[in-house]
Amino acid sequence: MKSDYIRPLDIKHGRVDMSHGSGGRAMAQLIEELFAKHLSNEYLAQGDDGARLPAVNGRLVMSTDAHVVSPLFFPGGDIGCLSVHGTINDVAVMGATPLYLAAGFVLEEGFALADLARIVESMAQAAKEAGVPIVTGDTKVVEAGKADGVFITTTGVGVLRQGVDLSGANARPGDAVFVSGPIGDHGTAVMVARGELALEVDLESDTAPVAASAQKLCALGTDLRWMRDPTRGGLATALNELAQQSGLAISIDEHALPVRPEVAGTCEILGIDPLYVACEGRLIAVIASGAVERALSALGAEAADVGEVRAEPEGLVLLQTTLGGSRVVDMLVGDPLPRIC
Amino acid sequence: MCLAIPARVVEVGPADRAVVDLGGVQKEISTALIDGVAVGDYVIVHVGFALQKLDEEEAAKTLALFDEMAQLVAAEDAREVR
Amino acid sequence: MKYVDEFRTGDRAAGVAAAIAAEAQPGRDYRLMEFCGGHTHAISRYGIADLLPANVRMIHGPGCPVCVLPIGRIDQAIRLAREHGAILCSYGDCLRVPASEHLSLLKAKALGAKVRMIYSTQDALRIARENPDKQVVFLAIGFETTTPPTAVAIKQAQAEGLKNFSILCNHVLTPAAMHAILAGGVQIDGFVGPAHVSTVIGSRPYEVFASDYGKPVVIAGFEPLDVMQAILMLVRQINENRAAVENEFTRAVTRDGNVKAQALVDEVFELRESFEWRGLGTIPNSALRLRRTTGADFDAELRFDVPYVAVADNKACECAAILRGQKRPEECAIFGTVCTPDNPVGSCMVSSEGACAAHYTYGRFRK
Repeated sequence: MKSDYIRPLDIKHGRVDMSHGSGGRAMAQLIEELFAKHLSNEYLAQGDDGARLPAVNGRLVMSTDAHVVSPLFFPGGDIGCLSVHGTINDVAVMGATPLYLAAGFVLEEGFALADLARIVESMAQAAKEAGVPIVTGDTKVVEAGKADGVFITTTGVGVLRQGVDLSGANARPGDAVFVSGPIGDHGTAVMVARGELALEVDLESDTAPVAASAQKLCALGTDLRWMRDPTRGGLATALNELAQQSGLAISIDEHALPVRPEVAGTCEILGIDPLYVACEGRLIAVIASGAVERALSALGAEAADVGEVRAEPEGLVLLQTTLGGSRVVDMLVGDPLPRIC
Repeated sequence: MCLAIPARVVEVGPADRAVVDLGGVQKEISTALIDGVAVGDYVIVHVGFALQKLDEEEAAKTLALFDEMAQLVAAEDAREVR
Repeated sequence: MKYVDEFRTGDRAAGVAAAIAAEAQPGRDYRLMEFCGGHTHAISRYGIADLLPANVRMIHGPGCPVCVLPIGRIDQAIRLAREHGAILCSYGDCLRVPASEHLSLLKAKALGAKVRMIYSTQDALRIARENPDKQVVFLAIGFETTTPPTAVAIKQAQAEGLKNFSILCNHVLTPAAMHAILAGGVQIDGFVGPAHVSTVIGSRPYEVFASDYGKPVVIAGFEPLDVMQAILMLVRQINENRAAVENEFTRAVTRDGNVKAQALVDEVFELRESFEWRGLGTIPNSALRLRRTTGADFDAELRFDVPYVAVADNKACECAAILRGQKRPEECAIFGTVCTPDNPVGSCMVSSEGACAAHYTYGRFRK
């Protein structure tokens, strides 16, 4: 503890106040005793406004995400690890190796330091496990009522793997559509955790980094056409984007879609379609039909081949229902599940 | 709006409250509109209220009817293959 | 999920589909109306049209309470929130309905009005208890399925002496709408009767349509297999020149229905002489309001100054004809171009159970 600080931060009972965002001593103490304490790495230790990073060999990929999830803590995770995983995943599904993260915090006056410490610790843990350090950051404070506890924005930078050029336009009729695990876990877990629905169910968010799986799929070379992590708007939204980008049709087999019974039950009660519910630890991929077996063994037991790319009807996503009929899976309208990411 | 689900009663409480289960999800509902609900009963739930009990015998009969028709189709398909 | 999944399987569906195909007489047209919005949704969501022969056609009826709610009634709700400072509680489906002055309940909320989405009348009562210094108004809509829960809420509010709670009552009646449809002159050969309305009112109220109009009615359960089976039963009746009320949803519907719920509704509500329905015009004895003798205290239309002002639909909107089964969604000039689920002009596009929304969202690739 620097001798300038008369007292250490009261993490247990203290609260964020306006001075913590002013750029002065209080803010420096918050950064040193809370943020840097958990997020420590050689770049943060440089103590500059930005981080000087090594040169990279290859094209850069960058992605950013704001996180406004409510509640801040939910079964399976919290806004902290969510913000780390989310941006790592956005970079990874571009076919890039995630390298560094930046994190910006907007704190509400009155926010408990204990909760902030918990969140930052969770981010540090997530970053460490994924091997992607948070190398620079920023903190601002707004008056009570102008934010909801904390909003976190993370930006990630990575380097594109050699020879990888993923795009929806690469898809060809006959390609297979993969999902790495059950869909809809995160959105339903957060909705239930909000406590407004009077539902009791054993559900956890699936928030996790998918970088390792993405890397394995990249080894398939040009047999890997496109990847995405289906967050807001769920699988349906990501597939509609693919259909638009490729100008082709995507046909999904409802029988093959992995959905946990608890997610299915909750969605049934709420009148929501799991296809539109966010995931935070899944990736979807379009794979050439010849590479399906290799993709399945790369992704593991929970992965599923859920459908295929077709020539028409152009730009549409279709679902072959369990009943034997078919219907369009449209873009999401409205927002059945607000503030889940 | 028309959304109603069949769920199993797992708990009956005082003041017309009960807890139902659908696929592992539990929800508290009101039984003010029906009489004589017991644990194990299936009820149709709409906007937080049980509207009617589900007659399990009738449900089984309806499913059996569907199965009969499905078997006719399966038999037809088998004949066609030969 | 028991009693859900078993009624959605492909092998059973193939069985019923084969029976329908075998029994529908070639050269004969079967025009069947599914009245209930939940059935419209199920038919579209599961692609049942793919499993029916071309001469069996489903016509979507007006059984979607959001779709038949006049713009003027939403305006009343919005005014209660914006001008009278009330906390307006509503089921989610109503929030996006476009009303006057380019507003909706959701847009009013964005402008600062207190609009709360609820899943049950119990939520509305709780909000009233938690905000004793505010007026809480519940926008009550729905056919006979949803009316008993409102009745329970009124009785609870009465018992607790909850002075800040009231309802804007828009509960409507199914048989009245069916009469209006048949009076509209559309060729309909039979009705698929609503699932959950029937658990409450029973099968008896439909007998007049068989006896007086000669139209068969088959009450169908909620799941796609139920709907298909009801279609088969209708085809059979039509082939035999029979008109009777039959019940496919035997696991939840009896002839008498839920007598306790009916008595409760009768205790709390009385008939309105007439009520305007969006698309169907003014229909006598088709809607309910709180009994003047006992429930007047809880009627928001009496407590607040929010007179009903009728608002005409957009001239290009064909919802009226679509709700009556006279036109199909694709036959509306603005369907899918100006009027989409994201930017709905008429009520049929707003609710996911509306014929236009269902067709756009699930079926528009079919030519």
